[in-house]
Amino acid sequence: MSLKSLKLGLAALAMSTSMASAADVEVLHWWTSGGEAAALNVLKQDLESQGIGWKDMPVAGGGGTQAMTVLRARVTSGNPPTAVQMLGFDITDWAKEGALADLNILAGMEGWDEVVPEALQKFSKYDGKWVAAPVNVHSTNWVWANKAILDELGIEPPQTWDEFVAALEKVKASGKTAIAHGGQAWQDATIFDAVVMATGGPEFYQKAFIDLDEEALGSDTMKESFDRMAVIRSYVDDNFSGRDWNLATAMVINGDAAFQMMGDWAKGEFLNAGKKPDEDFLCFRFPGTQDQVTFNADQFAMFAQGPEVGKEQAALATAILSPSFQSAFNVVKGSVPARTDVSNEAFDACGKKGMADLKKAADSGNLYGSMAHGHANPAAIKNAMYDVITAHFNGEYDSETAVEELVTAVQINK
Amino acid sequence: MSLSETANPRGSVVDRLRDALPKLVLSPTIAIVAIFVYGFIAFTLYLSFTDSRILPSFGWVGWHNYENLFRIRAWDTAVSNLVVFGVLYITICCVLGLLLAILLDQKIRAEGFIRTIYLYPMALSFIVTGIAWKWFLDPGIGIEAVVRGWGWETFTFNWIKDRNFAIYTIVIAAVWQTSGFVMAMFLAGLRGIDSEMMKAAQIDGASTFALYRRIVIPQLRPAFMSAFVVLAHMAIKSYDLVIALTGGGPGTATEVPATFMYSYTFTRNQMGIGAASAVIMLMTIAAIIVPYLWSELREKK
Amino acid sequence: MSTMSRSSSLRPARVILYLLLALFCIYYLLPLYVMVVNSLKPLSEITSGGMMSLPKQWTIAPWESAWSTAQVGVEATGLKPYFLNSIIMVVPAVALSTLVGALNGYVLTKWTFRGATILFGLLLFGCFIPFQMVLIPMARMLGLMGLAGTVPGLIFVHFVYGIGFSTLYFRNYYAAFPTELVRAAQIDGAGFFRIFWRILLPSSGPIAVVCVIWQFTNIWNDFLFGASFSDFDSQPMTVALNNLVQSSTGVKEYNVHFAGAIMAALPTLLVYIVAGRYFVRGLMAGSVKG
Repeated sequence: MSLKSLKLGLAALAMSTSMASAADVEVLHWWTSGGEAAALNVLKQDLESQGIGWKDMPVAGGGGTQAMTVLRARVTSGNPPTAVQMLGFDITDWAKEGALADLNILAGMEGWDEVVPEALQKFSKYDGKWVAAPVNVHSTNWVWANKAILDELGIEPPQTWDEFVAALEKVKASGKTAIAHGGQAWQDATIFDAVVMATGGPEFYQKAFIDLDEEALGSDTMKESFDRMAVIRSYVDDNFSGRDWNLATAMVINGDAAFQMMGDWAKGEFLNAGKKPDEDFLCFRFPGTQDQVTFNADQFAMFAQGPEVGKEQAALATAILSPSFQSAFNVVKGSVPARTDVSNEAFDACGKKGMADLKKAADSGNLYGSMAHGHANPAAIKNAMYDVITAHFNGEYDSETAVEELVTAVQINK
Repeated sequence: MSLSETANPRGSVVDRLRDALPKLVLSPTIAIVAIFVYGFIAFTLYLSFTDSRILPSFGWVGWHNYENLFRIRAWDTAVSNLVVFGVLYITICCVLGLLLAILLDQKIRAEGFIRTIYLYPMALSFIVTGIAWKWFLDPGIGIEAVVRGWGWETFTFNWIKDRNFAIYTIVIAAVWQTSGFVMAMFLAGLRGIDSEMMKAAQIDGASTFALYRRIVIPQLRPAFMSAFVVLAHMAIKSYDLVIALTGGGPGTATEVPATFMYSYTFTRNQMGIGAASAVIMLMTIAAIIVPYLWSELREKK
Repeated sequence: MSTMSRSSSLRPARVILYLLLALFCIYYLLPLYVMVVNSLKPLSEITSGGMMSLPKQWTIAPWESAWSTAQVGVEATGLKPYFLNSIIMVVPAVALSTLVGALNGYVLTKWTFRGATILFGLLLFGCFIPFQMVLIPMARMLGLMGLAGTVPGLIFVHFVYGIGFSTLYFRNYYAAFPTELVRAAQIDGAGFFRIFWRILLPSSGPIAVVCVIWQFTNIWNDFLFGASFSDFDSQPMTVALNNLVQSSTGVKEYNVHFAGAIMAALPTLLVYIVAGRYFVRGLMAGSVKG
C-alpha cells in the first residue's frame, strides 16, 4: 500500500512538470441543463488549475439511459471514458463486468469510509473496493406545496396519511386540483416509494423492495399501498398522463394545484420562477415518512484505464469528493452533498433541512435507496415494477391483480 | 436481355475485365451488406440464446429468453400496436401522398413553395417536434382547449390520454412527418412518365380520372414499391416518435417493438431478451416483406 | 402529361384544387406554428399557460441563447460549434451513399446478371435491420478497424446503412429508363462509365433530389449513431440539441428548445429548397427525344 501511494505521489509530481496534453480526463455525463452544467464547470476548472484537461462528453436523455447506451458502445469499441456519471445498480453491474478501477488506495488516504453514509457506500463500492466517487444525494420523498392555497384553506402541512387525505379533500372541494402529477412511469413510482414507506414502514420497504421478499411483495400491506395509490389517483386531474414533471411543478407554482410529490430537484423550478421557500412554497416529507429519507445518488464511476489508477483519474476522484466542490455543486443542483461533514452555510432553508435530515437518517439507519430511482433493486426489476405500478395507476389492474403481477414481475426478472 | 451477355465470350483480358466491371462496381456493396447486415443478424440470433445482460456474454441458455419474452404482457401490446400502427400509417401515407402528388402535378402556381411546406416536417427531428405535438394534442392546452375557447363547449379530443386511442395520435403525427416525402417520391415518378403516351390517351378522349387510373398509376408501381419499403421501415423503427409523444403510455398502451427492444437491451440490462425480441421482429418483417418483394421483383422479369 | 390544358379552363375545379392544397398547408404548418410562436416568447408566458397563443411580449432572446449561450455541456456554447461537426460528417456520407446507390441502380437495371434480383432483394431487406440491434457489434467492428470515435468511422456507419435505400431509389427509377438508349450508346462504342455519366446521370434529377433529401435528413437527424460513435470533439448537432432539450432534473426552457430545434433543421430545409429546384418537369422527356 505504501509503495503504491508513493507511486501515486511520484506520478503526481512527475505530471506537474510534464506536458499537459497527455493528462486529460474524458467524462461522460448527462448534466446538460444550465445549473447542473455550470456546477460541473467548477470541477472542470479545478482540474484545469492542476494542469489536467477536461474532455466533455455530454449525452442527455431518459435520466441517463441514453448515456448508458453510448457507454456500452464506447466500452465495446475499446475506448472507455475516464469517468462516467452513473446511478445505483448500474455501477454494480459494470463492476461485475470488471470494467471499473480500484480506488481503495485513494479512498484510504482521503478517509472516504468515514464521511460517506453507509447506504451510499453500498453503491460506491463493489466487493470491498471503491469504484466510484459519489457527488450528491437527492432525496425523493418530498411533498411540495403552494403556501397561498394552504393558508387560504387553513391547511397545516399534514403529518399522517389521514390528515393528508383530509387536506386533499379540502383542496378538491375548493375547486382546485389537489395533486399535480405527471403520468410517467418513474413519477408514478416515485409516489409509490413514499406510499409504501408510509404504509408499511421502513422494515417493510426493505423487505419488499431491497430484499425482494416474495411474501412481503404479495402481502396485504402491499395491497393497501396500491389502494392508497388509487386514492391519490382520485385527487389527480384527468389530464395527467404523459405530463412532464416540471409542468406539474408549474401547476403548483401558478396556484392551480396544491401539492406535488417529487424529488428535491423540483426546488429549482420554484426558485427559477422567483418563488421563495417558506414564503411562497413549502417542502415537507411525505406524511408518515418524516424520519425516513429515500435517496438516489449521482456518482462518477471510474473506468479502468490500465492496471494502475492514473494520476488524472485520481485527481478527478479527489476533486469530486472535496468539500468545496460538494458544497458548490449541490447548492446549485438542489441536492445535498454525498459526504455528511460539509458545511451547510451556503444552502437555503430546504437545503439545510435536507442535509440535517440526511445526517439524521444516515445515523439512525433510516436512509433507504429509492426503488423508483434505481437504488433499491437492479434495472430489470425496477422497470418490471414500473410496469405494474403504472398499469395500476392508469386503472388497468385493480389492487389485487397489481399485487399478483408485482410478484410475477420479480420472479421473471430476478 | 442483359447487355453483358452480348459480349464476346472469347475476348481478351481487357474484354473480360470490361465484362466483369458491373459486378466489380457492385461488389463493395455486397461485401458490406454481407458483414454489416447479415453478419450482425447472425450475431443477434446467437445472442438471443445466451445469458447476456449488460454486455454480450456467451453462456448458452437455450430458449429461455424466448420463453420469458412471451410471458411479458407488454410484448403482446407492442406487437399488436405495430400491426395497427403499420397498416394505418402505410395506407394513409400512400393515399395522401399520391393525392397530393397528383394535385401538385396540375401546373400549380407556386408549386415549389407548396411542395416545400408539405416536405418540411421530414426535416425536423422528433426530439423537439414531439413536444409541439404533445402540447397540440393535450386536451388541457391544445386543440381541445382552443376549440372550446371558440365556443364549442362540448368538443373533446383527448385521444392521447386515452388508453384505447393513444396509438392513433401517433399515426396522426407520423403521417404528418412522412406523407410529404411520399408525395415527393410519387411526384418524381409522375415526372418520369412519358408525356407522349399521355397525350395520345388524351387525344383518344380519355377522362382525367380514367387517364390516371389506367395509365399513370400503373406506371407508378416502382414508386409504390419504394414508398412501401420506406414507410414499412419507418413504421418498424418508429422509436423517436413514440418516445417523444407518449413515452409508451398511458401505461404501456403505445409500446411498440422498437421501444420494447431498446428498453430491454439498454435500459433494463436484459440484452438476451432484447435480442430475442429483435429476432422475432425481424422474422415478422421477413414474413411480410419477403413475399411482397418476391412478387414485385419477379414480375419485372 | 398535360391534363392542365382542359382543367385550366374549368375555373371552379381550379378553385377547389387550390383550396385543397391550402387546407393541407395548414395541416403541415400547425406544429411549426406552435414551435415558432413559443420560441419568441419569454419562458414565463409559456409555463403560465397559453401555449397556443401569440406572444404578448415578443423576444428573440431564446434564439440568441440557443445559438451561442445555451448550456449543452459543461461550457455554455450554444449549438454553434456543433454545426460544423455535423456538416463534416453529413456531406461526405450523403455524397458517397448517393453515388454508390446510383451506380448500383445502374448495374442492377441495365447490366443485369443471374442472381441480380435476389441480390437486390437481400439488399433491400437490410433496410429493415433495427439500428438499436447493430449498435454493439458495430462498435466492436469500428474498434477493430481503428475507426472508433472518429469522423471517418461515423461517415462509414452512415454510408453502410444508407446504400440500401439509395440503391432502391435509383434502381426503381432507372427501371423505367428506356434500355434502348443504353444499347444504342453501347453500339456507338460508349463504355460502362461513359453511358452512366452521359446518359443516365443527366436525367436523374428528380430521383437524386428524393435520394439526397432522404439521406441528408436521416443522417443529419440521427442521434443514436452520432452519440455512440463520435468523440468529445466530433459530437454532431443532434446530440447537442438533445442535450439542450433533455435535461432530466433541470429547468426546461421550452422557448430555447424550440428555437434550437428550428435552427437545427435549417440546413435540411435549405437542402429541400435548393434541391427542390431540380424537380423540374420534362427532364426525362427531353433526354428521350435527344
